[in-house]
Amino acid sequence: MIRLFSFLKPHRFSVVLVLLLIFLQSLAELYLPTLMSDIVDIGIIKGDIPYILKTGGLMLFVAAGGMTCAFMASFSSAKVSAGFGQILRGQVFSHVENFSFQEFDKIGTASLITRTTNDITQVQQVVTMMLRMMVRAPMMCIGGIIMAVSKDAKLSLVIIVVIPILVAAIFAVISRSLPLFKVMQLKLDRLNLVLRESLTGIRVIRAFNRIEYEQRRFDTANLDLTGTAIKVNKVMAALMPVMMLILNFSIIGVIWFGSIRIDTEGIQVGDLMAFIQYATQILFSLIMFSMLIVMIPRASVSAARINEVLDMTPEIKDITRVKHTGTQSGYVEFKNVTFSYPDAEKPVLAGISFEARPGEITAIIGGTGSGKSTLINLIPRFYDIDSGSILVGGVDVRELPQDGLRLKIGLIPQKAVLFTGTIADNIRYGKEDASDEEVRHAAEIAQAIDFISGMQDGFNAVIAQGGMNLSGGQKQRLAIARALVRKPEIYLFDDSFSALDYKTDAKLRAALKKETIDATVIIVTQRVSTAIYADKIIVLDQGRIAGIGNHRELMGSCKVYREIVSSQLLEEEIA
Amino acid sequence: MNGQRASQRISGRQGRGQGFGPPMVIPVQKAKDFKGTIKRLMGYLRSRRYQLLVVFLTALLSTIFSIVSPKIMGMAITRLFENVMAKYKGLPGAGIDFNYILHILLILGGLYIFSSSFSFLQHYIMAGVAQKVVYDLRKEVHQKLSRLPLKFFDSRAYGEILSRVINDIDNISSTMQHSLTQLITSIVTLLGVIVMMLSISPLMTLMLILILPLSFIITRIITARSQNYFLGQQKALGELNGHVEEMYSGHLVIKAFGHEDRSIAKFDDINEKLYQSGWRALFISGIIMPLMNFINNIGYVLVCVVGGVLVTRRAIQIGDVQAFITYARQFSQPINQAANIANIIQSTIASAERVFELLDEQEEVPEDPAAKIILSPKGEITFENVKFSYNKESKLIENMNIDVKQGQTIAIVGPTGAGKTTLVNLLMRFYEIDGGTITIDGVSISKLKRGNLRSLFGMVLQDTWLFSGTIRDNIAYGREGSTEEEIIKAAKAAYADYFIRTLPNGYDTILNEEASNISQGQKQLLTIARAILADPAILILDEATSSVDTRTEVCIQKAMNELRKGRTSFVIAHRLSTVRDADLILVMNHGQVIEKGSHNELLAKGGFYADLYNSQFTAGDIRTLDKIC
Repeated sequence: MIRLFSFLKPHRFSVVLVLLLIFLQSLAELYLPTLMSDIVDIGIIKGDIPYILKTGGLMLFVAAGGMTCAFMASFSSAKVSAGFGQILRGQVFSHVENFSFQEFDKIGTASLITRTTNDITQVQQVVTMMLRMMVRAPMMCIGGIIMAVSKDAKLSLVIIVVIPILVAAIFAVISRSLPLFKVMQLKLDRLNLVLRESLTGIRVIRAFNRIEYEQRRFDTANLDLTGTAIKVNKVMAALMPVMMLILNFSIIGVIWFGSIRIDTEGIQVGDLMAFIQYATQILFSLIMFSMLIVMIPRASVSAARINEVLDMTPEIKDITRVKHTGTQSGYVEFKNVTFSYPDAEKPVLAGISFEARPGEITAIIGGTGSGKSTLINLIPRFYDIDSGSILVGGVDVRELPQDGLRLKIGLIPQKAVLFTGTIADNIRYGKEDASDEEVRHAAEIAQAIDFISGMQDGFNAVIAQGGMNLSGGQKQRLAIARALVRKPEIYLFDDSFSALDYKTDAKLRAALKKETIDATVIIVTQRVSTAIYADKIIVLDQGRIAGIGNHRELMGSCKVYREIVSSQLLEEEIA
Repeated sequence: MNGQRASQRISGRQGRGQGFGPPMVIPVQKAKDFKGTIKRLMGYLRSRRYQLLVVFLTALLSTIFSIVSPKIMGMAITRLFENVMAKYKGLPGAGIDFNYILHILLILGGLYIFSSSFSFLQHYIMAGVAQKVVYDLRKEVHQKLSRLPLKFFDSRAYGEILSRVINDIDNISSTMQHSLTQLITSIVTLLGVIVMMLSISPLMTLMLILILPLSFIITRIITARSQNYFLGQQKALGELNGHVEEMYSGHLVIKAFGHEDRSIAKFDDINEKLYQSGWRALFISGIIMPLMNFINNIGYVLVCVVGGVLVTRRAIQIGDVQAFITYARQFSQPINQAANIANIIQSTIASAERVFELLDEQEEVPEDPAAKIILSPKGEITFENVKFSYNKESKLIENMNIDVKQGQTIAIVGPTGAGKTTLVNLLMRFYEIDGGTITIDGVSISKLKRGNLRSLFGMVLQDTWLFSGTIRDNIAYGREGSTEEEIIKAAKAAYADYFIRTLPNGYDTILNEEASNISQGQKQLLTIARAILADPAILILDEATSSVDTRTEVCIQKAMNELRKGRTSFVIAHRLSTVRDADLILVMNHGQVIEKGSHNELLAKGGFYADLYNSQFTAGDIRTLDKIC
């Protein structure tokens, strides 16, 4: 939590200003009882009504001054806390945008989203509360002590003694309840999780007849949470009464010792009344403070989660002296590549060597977990490999700048992700300055033109978030168009035809062939019918290459390939 | 997770969290039936009425004591002042009357101790009451959820239900814990203080009451003003969250196309908008407190001045002025909080209403008390004149008749995903049919115990559902009390054993919340293992192998063939290869069953199925494939 306060740095002058203004406001607030004591000690004792009225006017003036300070403090603190949120959000977001997949995999996308949104909001709220109300407590304490001492140094000892006692009491209660609040937060999250799972899995739960089991699971979490909530509220129940008791006894102390001092030192009754009110104001500000402090555990959980994100450094960075272009445009080569995901026992890919040349289609085929998609993701350097090297255009990918490397590549991912915006926007995603003609051409080749022109606004039709208003096949075709418009040296198709029906698939491949004639094309696929056309087929089996060659060669030499082919030929036999 | 759901979740959490928070300007949700909901909510308190009675009593006592004490303290001040005045005037025998003051202070001390103890007792007891009520409410809602038909869940966003069970109930909880007793003490304080103030000086009381409307007016004006900024802030926040969600989910594409900078630029844009409306909203809501404070101070000054004048005229005592100052503070507190408390109560009642709405949802058709159980199922299924539709406008199934013998395989195919899960919904009685009967082994499913009916089926659904827990637990979910051996056997049969063992902790690997630590295909293998372990009489494979590539699919198919022996199975698949062995094929389009028959029959018919099948292979493909063979 405290670490995040460093984001207040750009606003440090404003923070100081807020503190100063609140201090002034506290002084104004405390000055009112002082003036009141004058009314009592001078006005009443002498029966001087004009003096009373005059002092009353002065009090109004002081009160107005205090309000002005509070207004200005509110203005600055609003800017500070909104600015804090802005900076923190911006930092986290741009930090995450530079993450490689290693970091994304570690935290999980959904969790990253909550960390960037909810968690920051949570922390920002606490900063707001701190600047607005919590800082008042120490300011009031300091101001109150100054005022009290200036009135009567000896009597102010009562207040000076009571403040530490009160702080200790607050500490005693809070130090017990804060950990409980933290636990409660965890248990609430747990309950949330159990419930969410029982909602998303409702069919499975009912199908497997596990309703009672789920109810037990929920009840356990519910009971657990309730137990902690009761405990924490019981501890908190002591806070207010104890503080009020201390406050009230300190007032009794003020009256008693005050009477003695009135008797011996001749201080005034008005001073005594002022003292009572100082004590009340100081102690109320401390009470407010202790009420707000319980907001902190929730925020500190959030803060820890944000810090975790900020602490992660992208593992993939450009080296300082990057090479720019290789000599062999579009040429991709794997040299004895081994790669394992972080924390995995076994490598996903081991000893992979092959080359893919411009003008050629290289297909990669293999079973689940055989590492096909992983292999594709290594080429744009989404992950760094353990050993070996990957060359693009003759240069090791680790020596190329990441943006330069990715500019050469047109990736069509397995899951067609589209963004909010028009269809044209989405296609232009591949090339920002693409002309209308280029966009249309890409859509034509991707076999998307039919459904685009079928839409009311054509290329200007708006895609809802996540492309919810399009079918899977339509999304895939737009994703292909997006890569095509880029005219990259290397095309990477990661099982990108899976949602297309066979007719469209065939038409698309025919059109693609012409378009990608000079490019290196690497296709991950599950369909033999797609692989057959490839100039080179790489058969992956459990992370290793089981065979390389064209269809005919592999039919002869590769057992794994024959198995795959025969599994798909089942359909053929009946026809 | 779509954006709408997420923003709902986010705005849901933005409300009041723990109830200790300070007053904030939050757009208030209005309840529809305020009285009725309060009555119903009170019903939950009825079983704890004795405890509540104690809470009320202690609250009453502690408040009364705290109201009486300033007046008594004032007596000490008055006596002190009189003594001083006597000394000032040089009266003989003048001096501080310490005996009297000590006496008063002792009484005060006693009152304070009583007041604090009762206040402690009140909060202490309330903690138990409030949390237990909330526990009951949560439990009731969760049990209710288990009795609701799937129709309910299918037509709602999970986020909305979640927010009702977690946020709304949380809201009720903190209101009960804090605001309820606050309400009682506020009312008692207000009444008590007015009585005490009137007893001191009706004139000063009147003045204080007269400046009250000022604070109401000011709050009203400022709240109205800030509403716009708050809405703007809410909107910007929603937009920002939407952008974050979209960019993070599309991270791969952003990276691949090098769009990080553009995405950050857009983020900064929205962030700036958020800042602009955010600080304004904060500022405006932040000046409410100082304004209120100022109004209170005006009251304070009035009390001092008028009180001072009155004292000089001997109309009241100086101690009364001190007491009045305390009363003015006690008086303004509940008044200042009134708007806030009103908002809290409004939003709590709205929350309660949403929870009750859920509790009032129509449940599944209750089980026949004489419901039957099939002990040794054969798995013969018939559909007789089955009629079904999700809504009245579009009829989905009309007079469907199917007769499935033990051990047969039924394939359900069709180009669109929609509608194929309908059969599952009907078979498992997730939805009620509109007409006709579905029987299993000759018994109508509406006459079977739901639990028994569902135990006859084993299914692998399109969306693989795994919960956060170990892989072992996830497989074991298929059957309660299964042994380690059985689990591993099931995993092996589903070809999942191999990949499980490559994971760092093998079967003890804990799947994280999104189960993102294993691949989609692997998830599917786990759900297959789970179904294998369940060992059901009837199988439903809902696109069981759609995320598994062909080679693995062959392996799974082998396992499935083994598993299917002696079992009736329904296979929902895109892939024609999986329907090859089917005894019966149901062809669905737009949610309707349009053709049924065997593969050869349907091909011969030359209808929709034949088209679908033929479009799978272009002529060129077939030629090439011929050569391979």
